[in-house]
Amino acid sequence: MRRALPIFAVLAALLVAIAVANPFFLEPAGFFAFVKRAAPLVILAAGQYFVIVSGEFDLSVGSLVTVEVVVAARLIDGDEAATWPVLALVIVIGLLVGLVNGAVTTLLRVPSFITTLGMMLVLSGAVFLWTGGAPRGALSQAFRVFGRDTLWSTLILLAVGVAAALIMRADFGRTLIATGDNERAAALSGVRVTRARILAFVLSGLAAAVAGILLGGFAGVSAQVGQGLEFSAITAVVLGGVALGGGRGSVVAAMAGALTLEALFTLLNLYGISGALEFTVQGVIIIAAVAAGAVRLPFPLTPRKGDAHVAS
Amino acid sequence: MSRPKPFLVALAGLALLAAACTSDKPATTATQAATSAGASAAPSSAASAAGTGEQSKFFVQADYDAQLAMRTKTAQGPADKPWEQAIDPQMVSTSQYKKSGGYHLCFSNAAVNNPWRQVGWKSMQAEVALHKEFTTFTALDAEGKDDKQISDIAELTGKGCDALIVSPNTTATLTPAVKAACGKLPVIVFDRGVETDCPVTFINPIGGYAFGADGAEFLVEKVPAGGKVLALRILPGVDVLETRWSAAKATFDKSRLQVVGVEFTDGDAAKTKSIVSDYIARHGKLDGVWMDAGATAVAAVEAFEDAGVPVPAMVGEDQQDFLQKWKQNNLTAIAPTYPTYQWRTPVIAALKILKGEEVPKTWKLPQPKITAENLDTYLQPNMPPLHYALCGCESLPGFPETWGGKK
Repeated sequence: MRRALPIFAVLAALLVAIAVANPFFLEPAGFFAFVKRAAPLVILAAGQYFVIVSGEFDLSVGSLVTVEVVVAARLIDGDEAATWPVLALVIVIGLLVGLVNGAVTTLLRVPSFITTLGMMLVLSGAVFLWTGGAPRGALSQAFRVFGRDTLWSTLILLAVGVAAALIMRADFGRTLIATGDNERAAALSGVRVTRARILAFVLSGLAAAVAGILLGGFAGVSAQVGQGLEFSAITAVVLGGVALGGGRGSVVAAMAGALTLEALFTLLNLYGISGALEFTVQGVIIIAAVAAGAVRLPFPLTPRKGDAHVAS
Repeated sequence: MSRPKPFLVALAGLALLAAACTSDKPATTATQAATSAGASAAPSSAASAAGTGEQSKFFVQADYDAQLAMRTKTAQGPADKPWEQAIDPQMVSTSQYKKSGGYHLCFSNAAVNNPWRQVGWKSMQAEVALHKEFTTFTALDAEGKDDKQISDIAELTGKGCDALIVSPNTTATLTPAVKAACGKLPVIVFDRGVETDCPVTFINPIGGYAFGADGAEFLVEKVPAGGKVLALRILPGVDVLETRWSAAKATFDKSRLQVVGVEFTDGDAAKTKSIVSDYIARHGKLDGVWMDAGATAVAAVEAFEDAGVPVPAMVGEDQQDFLQKWKQNNLTAIAPTYPTYQWRTPVIAALKILKGEEVPKTWKLPQPKITAENLDTYLQPNMPPLHYALCGCESLPGFPETWGGKK
């Protein structure tokens, strides 16, 4: 947990800076508007964390979010009665895509970078083919309330956050970290590496489905809704101090990383800095974080128990 | 407006270029982007400056004046068929293209990647089906890529087409390809233009200046002096969008309104909603929202609803979701249009040309705006939310199902 402290300091500093620039942020309405906006990214970051800490990547979450929203809109088509069946279907699609990603990566031994890149292209191509680039239909009010209503999105965010933390505290969490840290050692000590990784991808798919429900609810149907989200999620996880390559970092810090990223964007926007800079900021964060992880620090760090590569 | 997947760019270590790569259209200079950003960077400054930044380098005064004047002119042609009307037509003879019946019509389409183009493309196909003279219709979709459209045009000119319709992806890059085609068969260009007058006719509505000015003038009329206006643009550097903004800017600069921000939304609903929410939080309230395209207008309206503040004067477009919101909430709003009925006109022009009848050299279609007075005429609850009201497709066979509507 000690590794996670810096991100909370950065987050706190950014929140203070936002409050200084915009006192409205201190009022409940202002603060929860921020929470609502950050919720999808925080959930995606939690999903991405499971995959990254097990030593893999999931690049398909952005297109998966788009698929979920576009499919939901087309199937619901404004019909309130269709809300719940479609919500269930959205979750199933998320789980299924995660399962395929996990199975292809582990059983067929395709590197996850390629598997999920392929999945991303397959999904965005399929969406384009199905919609011709312009989504049809409309989401029902009952579907949209989850992402549009502040109370709902805050509750969902809390539920996902607590669930993610509990998962990492359970045996499965330790299994996942051991898998990402040293696959061979984990396997030799009885960890079912393949199963752990597949589950990590399934959790990421589930997170994308939930994020899709929130995003679709927040702003309605759009074919660009998930664009670039995979990158934001990875940036958030890295910002939370989670090592790319796996084996290190906490899920709470990854979610704090997502909040920090969202706070940073909010702050940039408050100071009127163009949104185009968001990609630049994310790029710099990812490169800097990985570079910082690779540099050997000049002073000795206290090795953590069970940490095989503290200074690497 | 397809954009390269941002993460690929970043993974290639080119994150710093991401901003510059967001469009394959001519990019504006960095100073311009900085100026518009800078304009919004001073939210608390005095109301003295209009806050609209520097004028776009795409702004051409003569075109601006011409378009604004065209808005009040009466178009010639059948009143109930605006797609057959023309403003100030200068007719040209087409007798050299006259052929006997059984025509092969060809179409090089820039893309079908947004609802506007989807609606138009369906109308064009229906229009072709109306005319028995066309025995074959070949259409190639360039998928938003200049290079594909260049080879599409070359392919079509060698296919025995009798006439070629081109909807160019970008203006400058497609010009040589269109020029080459002009030597072989009659060419009809519509929507975006090309930098040559070799096509027999160039068809489009009045244009971006008129669109931008219609919205801005409405805000000037409805918002009290000193009122705060937020301007939302999709992205910089695309001529048809630059003209809309530059006309709005000219209008705002002459007014006593305060433009508190000019922001780019990438045409993304979530981003639009976030930006508007931020401005509401920063300023307490806004008095008007100007948009260069209405696709995300509903997201902007929702930002006000969710913040629990009254929705101010809005500029949208003729998409059904916005018109519905307008009617339901009784908004103060206007919808300038870039009518999709212009997709019917090139087919009609092709038929005239192949029959040797005169056509206007520059075929300017009327560009109506939807106001509170005529809102009910355009509101079609049976049509899908992203359908464009000015499709001119209501009388075509297959309506409304072909356009995604319910009977």
